Amino acid sequence: MNIDNIKKQFPIFNYKIKNNDLVYLDSANSSQKPQVVVDRIYNFYTKEFANVGRSVHYLAVAATNLYENTRLLVQKYINAKDPNEIVFTKGATEAINLVANTFGQKFLKEGDEILLTELEHHSNYVPWHYLRKIKGIKIKFAEINADGEITIESIEKNITLKTKMIAITHVSNVTGAILPIKEITKLAHKKNIPILIDGCQGAPHLKLDMQDIDCDFYAISCHKMYGPTGLGILYSKKKWLDILPPYQGGGGMIKEVKKEGIIFGDLPNKYEAGTMATAQVIAFGESIKFLNQIGIENIEKYEKKLIMYGEEVLRKNNSVELIGNPKNRGSVLAFTLDGIHAHDIATILDEDGVAIRAGHHCCQILHDKLGLPATARASLGVYNTKDDIDKLNMSINKCKKIFDR
Amino acid sequence: MNLKELYQEIILDHGKNPRNLKKPDNFNKDAKGHNPLCGDKVHVFLKIDENKKISDIAFEGSGCAISMASASIMTGLMKEKKESEVKELIIDFLEMIKKNTELHSKNLKENEKTKLMSLSGVKQYPMRVKCATLAWHTLTSAINNSQIEINSESID
Repeated sequence: MNIDNIKKQFPIFNYKIKNNDLVYLDSANSSQKPQVVVDRIYNFYTKEFANVGRSVHYLAVAATNLYENTRLLVQKYINAKDPNEIVFTKGATEAINLVANTFGQKFLKEGDEILLTELEHHSNYVPWHYLRKIKGIKIKFAEINADGEITIESIEKNITLKTKMIAITHVSNVTGAILPIKEITKLAHKKNIPILIDGCQGAPHLKLDMQDIDCDFYAISCHKMYGPTGLGILYSKKKWLDILPPYQGGGGMIKEVKKEGIIFGDLPNKYEAGTMATAQVIAFGESIKFLNQIGIENIEKYEKKLIMYGEEVLRKNNSVELIGNPKNRGSVLAFTLDGIHAHDIATILDEDGVAIRAGHHCCQILHDKLGLPATARASLGVYNTKDDIDKLNMSINKCKKIFDR
Repeated sequence: MNLKELYQEIILDHGKNPRNLKKPDNFNKDAKGHNPLCGDKVHVFLKIDENKKISDIAFEGSGCAISMASASIMTGLMKEKKESEVKELIIDFLEMIKKNTELHSKNLKENEKTKLMSLSGVKQYPMRVKCATLAWHTLTSAINNSQIEINSESID
C-alpha cells in the first residue's frame, strides 16, 4: 500500500489551505474525495445525464444501468445476499429514520422498549425519540465502561421482554471503541430481537460482511466513504423490507395508482420515492472501486497501525488526555488538553493547516456522561500518514505554549 | 489578522483568570446563556439601583477562552454605567464584532475601548463569533428581565 500514490488521487492535497499543506484529520466527519469520484459526477452531468427508471430513451436506460450497477457493487462490497437489500437514502440519518419510522409504525406500541447505547450519535437516538411521543415507547441506554466501551454484558443487562429493537453504533465516533457487533447480534437474535447497526464509522474503515454479522439493518454514510454528500445506504434483510410499510410516497415507488387505492412497487423501488441522488449514486460506484483497488483489508491494517501510533504519540504528551481507552480502537482519537477548551484548540490547530473537529460530535449523551462540554477529535482516512500525527502533536504543543505564556 | 491577534495577551489573561466570576449576594436581575454546540455556559447577575445604574455585575460560567474573556471584559466595563448606556454599548459591541471596524460609543474611555477592541479579532473566525457574543446577548436578556435563556444557536 503506497500512501503517496493514494494521496495523489485526492486533488484537495494539491492546494494550500491558508498557506499550509493540509493535514486533514476530520474524516470521521466527512472524508475527502478522490479525483475519480469528482470526475464521475462531472462526466455524468456532462455527457450521460438522464433520470433513471422512467423513460425508455437511450440516455435513460444507460443511466438506469449505471445506477443499478452501484447497487450491485455495494451488495458485493458488504456481502449482502440480495441486491434488493440495498436501499439508497439521502444519508445514514435517513436510513435510520426509515427503519425507526416504518418499524415503529408497524410493530411498536406503548411500553415497548428500544435499546441504544450511551455512545450513539444523535442520528441513532433522535429518530427513536419521536416514537416516544407518537407511540409511548421507552428508550434505554446501555452504559459504557471506564474505557468507553460497550460490552455484551451491558447490552444483556438492559434487555427485557419488552425490548423490540437494539440499535447500536459499530464504532464510536468519540471513544473510538469498536463494538462486538457480531456477538451482540447473536445475543439479540437469541432473544428474538432485531438489531440495527449505525455503520457510519465502520463502513469506511473495516471489512464488512452482512451475512456473517447477520444484523437486520446496517446504515452507511457515503460521504464518509470517499463518496459524494447527499447519499446514504440502508442495508436491510429482505424479510424486513418485504413486510415493513413504505417510508415516503411518490413517483417511482408505485405499481399502480387509482383513486380507490395504490399498489406499491417491488423492492428496491418501494423505498426509493421520487428522483434519487442519481449522480451521487453513480459516482459512489467509483468510491467502491477505489476502495476495492486498495483493498479494505489493507486499509484496515494500515489505519490500525496509524491509529495506534497516534495513540502512542498523544499518550506520551503529558498535556493530552485521551477520551476512552478501548482495546479495539477504530480510526478516532478524541482528546482534551489541560484546561484549554476544544474550540480554542481547533482554532489554533487550524492556523497550521491541521483540520480537526471540536465540540460534542453530535454525542451530547456521551459528553454529559463524561462530564465534558466538548472534546477535540482527530480522525483518520486512507490518505493520512505518521507525518500528519506528528504535525498534530506539534500543533498541540504550540497550543500549550500560546496558553502558557 | 492572525492567530496572535486573536489570542493576544489581554484575551488569554481574561480567559484564564476571568474577573467578576462569582454569584453576587445581592442581585435583582439575571439571565442564563448557553451555546449547545461547544458547551459554553454563562449566567449573568445584575444589581440595578433606583437610579437605573448598574451597581454590581458578575457572572458564573465555563467555556472557551474567547467566551470567558468576553464575559470578563464585559462585566468589568459595565459596572457603574447607566442602563441606557449599557444598552447602547451592547449594540455598539455587537456591531463591531460582526461588521464595523470601530466602536462608536462616546462614553468609553481609551483603555476601555482597547479592551473591547481586543475581541475584534474573532471577526476573522466566523465560527467563533458566537463565543464572543454569548455573554452580551445574555446581559440584554438580564436587563430586559425577559426570563429567556439565550441559546446561541437561535441568535446571531
